[in-house]
Amino acid sequence: MSQKIDVAYVAELARLSLTPEENNTFQQQLETIVRYVEKIGELNLDGVEPTMHGQPVVNVFREDAVVPSVGRECFLANAPERNGDEIRLPKIVEDA
Amino acid sequence: MVGMDLTLCAAAEGLRKKAFSSVELTQSVLAAIREKDGALNAYLSVDGEGALKQAAAADAARAAGRDGDLLGIPVAVKDLINVAGQPCTCASKILTGYVAPYDATVSARLREAGAVFAGRTNMDEFAMGSSTEGSAFKVTRNPHDLTRVPGGSSGGSAAAVAGGEAIAALGTDTGGSIRQPAAFCGCVGLKPSYGRVSRYGVTAYASSLDQVGPMTRTVEDAAVLLQALAGGDPHDGTTLDVPVPDYRAALRGGIKGMRIGLPREYYIDGTDPDVMACVRRTVDACAAAGAEIVEVSLPHTEYAIAVYYIVATAEASANLARFDGVRYGHRTEKPESVFDLYARSRAEGFGTEVKRRIILGTYVLSSGYYDAYYGCAQKVRTLIRNDFTEAFKRCDVMFTPVAPTAAYRIGEACNDPLKMYLGDVFTVPANLAGICGLSVPCGRTADGLPVGLQILGPAFGECAVLRAGQAVEGEVRT
Repeated sequence: MSQKIDVAYVAELARLSLTPEENNTFQQQLETIVRYVEKIGELNLDGVEPTMHGQPVVNVFREDAVVPSVGRECFLANAPERNGDEIRLPKIVEDA
Repeated sequence: MVGMDLTLCAAAEGLRKKAFSSVELTQSVLAAIREKDGALNAYLSVDGEGALKQAAAADAARAAGRDGDLLGIPVAVKDLINVAGQPCTCASKILTGYVAPYDATVSARLREAGAVFAGRTNMDEFAMGSSTEGSAFKVTRNPHDLTRVPGGSSGGSAAAVAGGEAIAALGTDTGGSIRQPAAFCGCVGLKPSYGRVSRYGVTAYASSLDQVGPMTRTVEDAAVLLQALAGGDPHDGTTLDVPVPDYRAALRGGIKGMRIGLPREYYIDGTDPDVMACVRRTVDACAAAGAEIVEVSLPHTEYAIAVYYIVATAEASANLARFDGVRYGHRTEKPESVFDLYARSRAEGFGTEVKRRIILGTYVLSSGYYDAYYGCAQKVRTLIRNDFTEAFKRCDVMFTPVAPTAAYRIGEACNDPLKMYLGDVFTVPANLAGICGLSVPCGRTADGLPVGLQILGPAFGECAVLRAGQAVEGEVRT
């Protein structure tokens, strides 16, 4: 492992624009952190099952019933921009 | 005015005996905030008007014959737990102005019990940090020494409780964020077992680790608050529908006959000698009071921080993808494309530590690295869990330090993220294993700073840790 992290590429995956300064700082810090976390590679993990959660619960079901919900106005009130009962967004589809 | 050194139980007693009303109690809390918060910065927002209305309603309910341990008790809530109608910013610029549309399940349960929501406490942005210096809005100070951090990420809640600005508070704990600030500020903090308390309506950081829990002045207060919070929730499929025991009754057991495990790997060089001396003295006092001391081993402890910073950042990178400037939160001006809308809204809204963790989490999940990092980390997590399962066959609870040091100075640990991460060494294993842990004051350093003892118990073993914590509280006081 332990190779150079392409911070700009990872930031693009994360949909996060970074300044050149942030890019440089994170480059160094993340390489230090990644070198540290790679110590888990020392362990023999053959046959070990992964733990995904704090408790071993799977397939939790509930009744598929209609229940009252919070009104839409509560949610729309937090929208950055709105147009009546809709959230307003910049145009994202080019004209055909 | 009601004195602000009251415990939750004493306040409940005062309300019952009509020594004061909830309105008077709430006014006293609000006055304490006005008087002290200029120095402490524990709160991000205070809802005085709303709180007094809720207090008046609690007084009316009591006059009509209702009673309850939390009826009319003002509580402070960490600013990532939704309380309908109050701000919920997660101490992040990306959520400036956000108003919670609904109650988190824990808030709904407190509301049902008649509690009063006085205000929102400061924290590290999105709970990512160990000092509360990561808040986008203000730096909270430790009430015992204003030049020091309160710990984090629930530092505002800890400072409010310890500094006489709140009777009790809620925090969240993903890798120690309840227990470590409780230790730094000298109050009690309980991280319940994973699945014990609902996270519905609590902004997710690392979903396989997060828990909500009480931060209080006494162990008994923590038991009372947990009683109201605990239980299964149809809105959170990770909660277990295990019966909720009577936590207060569990306090009466006493330490005699309890088997206290000392995990060898937690008693190592590198921990501040004053911290270790306080912990050792407490262990000796419990032994003298009839506890059996057993040495145990948790051999994979040295891998816990590495596993934690892979698992937690990976989950955070996915959880925080929802902050994209579309439906709520900060949106950048005049985006040129969808990508630009996301990337600039997030860049402008998130602080440095959040960005660092999103990048790290995205990296460990990215194509070609997933198996080597996230996949392996989950397997090591199994080994850490198994360590606890084995060790708890030989003891009822474990005693350890909460953190390797007492509260450090503001600014001291900011520039080296890995160094700050390593300070979580004694707390993250409990989150990885899904077990419960209590932080209880056990003495002071030579500088007069509080030291916390961590009492770990098995999954759903809250009764045992509270029972031991109650005994420790008694031993330390006498």
